[in-house]
Amino acid sequence: MSTETIAGSAVEVDPEGFLEDPKQWNEGIAEEIAHGNGIDHLTDRHWQVVKFMRTSYLENGTAPSIRSLGKLSGVPIKELYQLFPKGPAKLAAKIGGIPKPRGCI
Amino acid sequence: MSDTIDKVSIIVSRGSLEGVYPGLIMANGARMEGIEANLFFTFFGLDAIHRSRHNHVKVSTVGEPGLHLATWLGGFPGMSAIVTHQLAKKMEDLDIPPIPEFVEMIADSGAGLYACKASVDLFGLGPDDFIEQVDGIITVGEFYSLAAGGQIVFT
Repeated sequence: MSTETIAGSAVEVDPEGFLEDPKQWNEGIAEEIAHGNGIDHLTDRHWQVVKFMRTSYLENGTAPSIRSLGKLSGVPIKELYQLFPKGPAKLAAKIGGIPKPRGCI
Repeated sequence: MSDTIDKVSIIVSRGSLEGVYPGLIMANGARMEGIEANLFFTFFGLDAIHRSRHNHVKVSTVGEPGLHLATWLGGFPGMSAIVTHQLAKKMEDLDIPPIPEFVEMIADSGAGLYACKASVDLFGLGPDDFIEQVDGIITVGEFYSLAAGGQIVFT
């Protein structure tokens, strides 16, 4: 674990850059992590996915699988991959300030 | 050699449930990590993309010591269907999709789906026998061109 300054806030991150504490997250941090991962601008559709991931994690303690993400977030799988080409679940979790999803599906 | 994997081509050669899932999980998992993925279905693996068979892929209950079921019992009529049904229930609990949905998910993730031409000819099949997500029936040579620059995994 190391401390990094993202969008002006000091936050704890894991070696892959996922926030250790979801409470340290804010929307400015989300924008900056997105820029650092090849997404220039977070559109409403990006936000819909990021917020869905974050809410599910905070409510259930685990991030949703890509299957539930496609079924329940309101953004179908094809579009998820257009929005987050480097991996929707992983990247939306990183941007949303929650730990890396550990599911295989 | 690079210490990251950027592209994988996965060959699915078996037509049993336990033979098909590993390849699908690896392809889906690759796309989830942002890795480019292609799936190549050959021999009995073609059932996983066969329009009328992909929903009926079953666990093989004979000759699999890992199932811990006596071979004579595994050979009983209906045994394969029972074990498949039990496994399907467990998979649904773990949010693992059934094969037709899983294959569609993988296609939607941008992975390429291909059928092996030699096997298609051998079984007397044609393009209409496959689900619409299949990108083509290709030769082994074409497969190698598609796989160029990445890893090849045979399952």
